[in-house]
Order: sequence, then C-alpha cells, then structure tokens
Amino acid sequence: MSQLAIQVQNLSKVYQLGQIGTGTISRDFERFFATKILGKEDPFHKIGQTNDRTTKGSSDIVWSLKDISFDIQQGDAVGIIGRNGAGKSTLLKILSRVTSPSKGVIKIRGRIASLLEVGTGFHPELSGRENIYLNGAILGMRKKEIKRKFDEIVDFSGVERYIDTPVKRYSSGMYVRLAFAVAAHLESEILIVDEVLSVGDAEFQKKCLGKMNDVSRGEGRTVLFVSHNIGAVRALCQQGMYLKNGQLEYAGLIEDTVTKYLIDTSGRVGVPIRNREDRIGNGHIRMDEIIFINRQELATEEILSGDYLKIEFQFQKEMDIPIHDMIVACSFSDQYDNKIVSWVSDEMPHQFREKEHNYFTLEIPNFNLRPGSYNFSYQISRKTTAPEDFCDVLNNVATIQVLASDFFYSGKNVRSANSVLLYAAFQ
Amino acid sequence: MKEKVEHWDMIIEGKTSLFSLQFKDVWRYRDLLMMFVKRDFISFYKQTILGPIWFFVQPIFTTIVFSFVFGKLAGISTDGLPQYLFYLSGITAWNYFADCITKTSTVFRDNANIFGKVYFPRLIMPLSIITSNLIRFGVQFALFLVMLFYFNMKGEDVHVTTAVLLFPYLILLMALLGLGVGLIISALTTKYRDLSFLVSFGVQLLMYGTTIIYPLHAAPRQYRYLLELNPMTFIIEMFRYAFLGRGEHSVHGIIYATSVTVILFIFGVVIFNKTEKNFVDTI
Repeated sequence: MSQLAIQVQNLSKVYQLGQIGTGTISRDFERFFATKILGKEDPFHKIGQTNDRTTKGSSDIVWSLKDISFDIQQGDAVGIIGRNGAGKSTLLKILSRVTSPSKGVIKIRGRIASLLEVGTGFHPELSGRENIYLNGAILGMRKKEIKRKFDEIVDFSGVERYIDTPVKRYSSGMYVRLAFAVAAHLESEILIVDEVLSVGDAEFQKKCLGKMNDVSRGEGRTVLFVSHNIGAVRALCQQGMYLKNGQLEYAGLIEDTVTKYLIDTSGRVGVPIRNREDRIGNGHIRMDEIIFINRQELATEEILSGDYLKIEFQFQKEMDIPIHDMIVACSFSDQYDNKIVSWVSDEMPHQFREKEHNYFTLEIPNFNLRPGSYNFSYQISRKTTAPEDFCDVLNNVATIQVLASDFFYSGKNVRSANSVLLYAAFQ
Repeated sequence: MKEKVEHWDMIIEGKTSLFSLQFKDVWRYRDLLMMFVKRDFISFYKQTILGPIWFFVQPIFTTIVFSFVFGKLAGISTDGLPQYLFYLSGITAWNYFADCITKTSTVFRDNANIFGKVYFPRLIMPLSIITSNLIRFGVQFALFLVMLFYFNMKGEDVHVTTAVLLFPYLILLMALLGLGVGLIISALTTKYRDLSFLVSFGVQLLMYGTTIIYPLHAAPRQYRYLLELNPMTFIIEMFRYAFLGRGEHSVHGIIYATSVTVILFIFGVVIFNKTEKNFVDTI
C-alpha cells in the first residue's frame, strides 16, 4: 500500500524558444565548451524564467518544468490539471521517456505504459488484426501477450466484423475504438493517459472511463491522467496535481486540487472578491468566489453567444444565519452600467437549502447575448430586497467575454453589440 | 527509516553515460522489430497488381541500362565476365548498402510522429530497416542466382569459389556499415537539416566511387588508392570473387573494411543514442 510507484525529485525541463537549428553551430560549441570542458552549467539556461506564455521573457530559454518534486503511491489514480502550457504534457512525455529531463531524477517501480495518443503507429494499409499486433508491440507488449488478449481486445473494441479490413477503410470512430482497446489491455503497473477520452461517441467514452476505473480501483494499478475535462478527472482520480507555469502549484486530494484550479483560473477582474472593500450590506452572508463555468465544466472567461453558462457562487455566512430566506439578484451590464439581463431568485422556483459546502449555482441554458464584454454584479439580501436587508452587494465582480457565433443558424456570425438576442424569424 | 535497499525498476535522469546503450531493452522489444519488418513488407505490395515482382524491376532495368551505357557505348571492361552478370552482382549488393544508408538516415524525421508519442528503444527502428531491406536483398539475390545459373549453363566462364563462405559475413559488413553511416547522418540531421540533401545524391556519387560498373584492377594506378579508401570497394570485389570467380580478393581489404565498419557502427550507435533522448524537442 505505502509503496511508492513514482518518485520525482527536482525535475526540470528546458526548452529553447524560437528557431532551433540555424546559426546554432557556434552556440553549440560554446555550450559544449562550457558544460563538457569547464564542467560549468549550461550558459544558456538562465535561472528564474518560468513558463508564462502570455508575457515575453528576456531569454529564449524557458523552463517548461521547474523543480518539480512529488511522490505517487502504488495504486493511486492521479489527475493532473492545469491550463494550456502549464507543463502537463511535458511531464507526461518525460515520464514516458519520449524526451528526457534537463535536470532531476525520476524513479519508477514497475512497467510504464503511456497513452499520449491513441493509435500511434497504426498503419492504414494493414488490417485491424495486424494493427492490433503492431500497436501492441509499439506499446511494449510481447507477441504472446497480445495473442492471449486478442479476443478480449476485439470484443472491447466492438469492430469484430471489420477485423480483417485495412484500417484506412474504418470510420474514425472505429479507428479510435480499436486503438483504445489495444491500449486498455496493456499489462503495466503504471498507466499514463493524456486526453484520449475526448474522442469516440458518448457510449464509448463511458466505456473507456469505466475501463480506466477498473484499471485503477479494481486492479490496483497506478494511473496518471491528464485532461481538461474536469468532470472526468473528478470521476476517475482520488489524487490531484495542479501545474501552473511549469511549477507544481498544488498536490493533494482531487477535490481540493480542482477547487484550487477553478478558483485560480476563474474570470476575476482585479482583486479577488473576498478582499474587495467596496461592498454594501451587513455581511451576514458574503460572497467568496464567483466562477463562470462552460458546457465542458471548465472555468472560463469566454463563452459563445447562445451557449450554455453556469455561474458558481461560493459564499461564507455567519453561524446562525439560515439561508432559506436568502434572495439572490444578479445581472450582466454593459460597460456603461446599463443592465442587460438580470435574475432575482425570489421570482424563481428555487428554495435555498443548507449544504455541506456553501455554494449554489445559476444555470443559463442559452446565454443569448450579443458578442461583447459584460460585467457581472450581484446583490444578496434576506427576506426582502430592500436596502436595509442587504447582506452583500458588489458591482462589476467579474467580466465575461461573449464571442460571436452563428446564433440564427444562417451561416453568419451575429454582430457585436451589448444587447440581448431573441430567437425570431422573418416571414 | 531503515537503510533498506531501495529497488527501482527504472531511473530516468537528464544525463546518462555515453555508453549506456540499453541493448537489453532492444532485446526485450524484439517482437516489435519483427512487426515493423512485417509491416514494411506487407505495405510495400498492398494494392499493387504485380506485388513482390516490383522487387525485381529496379535491378533488372538498371542492369540493362548499365550494360547498354557502360558496356556497349563506353566499352568499360567487365573483367571478362558477362556484362549482365557483372552489373547485376554489383547492383544487387550496392542496392542493399545504399538502401540501408538512405532509409536509416531519415529515421528520425520519418518517425517523428511515433517517436514523439511513445517510447520504445529507438534503435529498433533502424534495425528493422536493415532487416526489411534484407528481405528485399534476398529476393534480388535470388534473381542474381537464377542469372548465375543460366550463364553457367550457357557455358560462360563463371564459377563459385570457396570465398562464398564469406557471403554472410559480407552481408553483415554491408548492413553494419550502412547502419553506422545512416545513424550518424540521422543524428546530425535532427539539428542540421542540410545533411539530408546530401544523402541521396551523395550515395549515388559514391556508387561511382565503388567498383560497381568497373573492376578494381581496371582503375588507373594513380587513383586506385582513392577507391581503396572506400571500404565498400573491397566488399563488392570479394562478393564478385565469391560468386563469379573474378575480382580482387584481398584479406587486407576485408580486414580494413571490417575495422572501418566497426568504428563507424559504434560511433553511429553512440551518437544515435545521445540524440534519441532529446530529438523530439529539436526536430
């Protein structure tokens, strides 16, 4: 139980930005001279550049991973989350030995199989059968292992009828099914998975998740899972790691990690709202965080016109304050503070109840606003909406960008403006 | 904590020694090597009408053209051997060597996709290339044997000598030499693409620097040493001597070719192993 499967110590990975290969012979010599002859550190690895893709650094050298250390217990399912470019894929690539670290040591107990992509090495001219053997071998299986599991693999993939057809004739769904089936039957102690579940139809995705669950819970194997699908990560993993700009920001239970991540990436303007001083009200109930969440269950600052949006409110309250008589009003306004759309909870059929965690959500199935930027404000009161009953009122707590979409299914995007869109048709 | 012996199955570090070549890993993945060979072979003739017959087309036509241009028009000596047989023997052996170089030299670029996604000992790939080329060579060699038999029946003065026992060794030399040179080039091309332009015509030019279309003893005295710098010269000459009974069969030459091969091969494998770890970042 308490045996470590993976131990990572001070792992770092350096990348060179911009062009590689032209005019670097002299640099190569310089580097060679410094590192090999003088035994010094690489002169081009300037210390202290973390990987923030949004700002321009002073050097072409970037630490994609910087000084990461962690342990993973045997049998754990660990979800790795973080924004694009946080170093998740680099970490997986190093763990699966596709590329090697610049510094640091990784120690591994057991065989590692990695699934950075399904169907790596599939050859279009070969039949499904031949590709199962080929792909299995690429992933590190011995021939007899594959032979033993062959029927199981075909069964899982559900493409038995086409097994002797070249895979170039497969539909893309069948292709992925077959590929995942091979990978799912790897007999390794550690499985590394990178976002492969974003493919296939809903039924197959469910099957994959189920299979991965079996692998980690049932068979006691260690799973490392990278995904932007927070829902899937939550469902599958007990442990989590949150990477930010190449550094390990948080590691712990998955729920805590996800919360940390969502809070960190939520659409905040300026100061965190729990520290805002310009609020009105008696403070019996106070908002901590407001998070915009899109259809994919991701925290976001942008949404397509007409798309699904969920707003998550996290609040604090004083001990003896019940919330069943809480009234929440919230609104989106344009930049001139004209209210565009608003909701008040007491007009709506919902009763707030005490929950373990102090949060509630507002679901908007269709966010029918024209493309533009909207500010979010809220007002929490109890019993009535009169000013003497205000608990917490704050304006412009967050901004959401609405992006243009083909709202009317006309083949054209709707124009930008700060107004509401209603479905309508000319006759 | 007790000072228990920590057992780890694998340790990944940034720097490894120059000679940690992981041949054990290569051996563990031997099934994969065979799968690659099979894949290359099957995908070569899938959706063709003539199938494996295409293996014959290139050497036959090259031989015919060579016989016409160098034999009939230029009148270059073929050591008293039937022209077809002389050229075919050279082409068959040379093709194997040339294919090994050109295919291994682009191994990183051709497989960047697979290499970037999954780990297996990278050396498997070039090894599978020289093995699948061996099949191709085998087929072409069979053609050569048929021709040899035909000309023998016709009463031409060709005879197989005892040097034929060296045949497997010659193949091994060609394979390792091609592999070694190819690996060196492949490692360098991940960073400096320029080299890849050189390979295809470089190999073609080298053919004229080897005794494919002329026998060694027909070379002018003052240039002979240049040809003798080329280890392939001795291998081809020995190959001809073994099967046709004509050609220079110098033991010194073979020893020289062997040492060049071993040096280039070891150098190639080391530099390849050094490159494979990080090439994904630079290609």
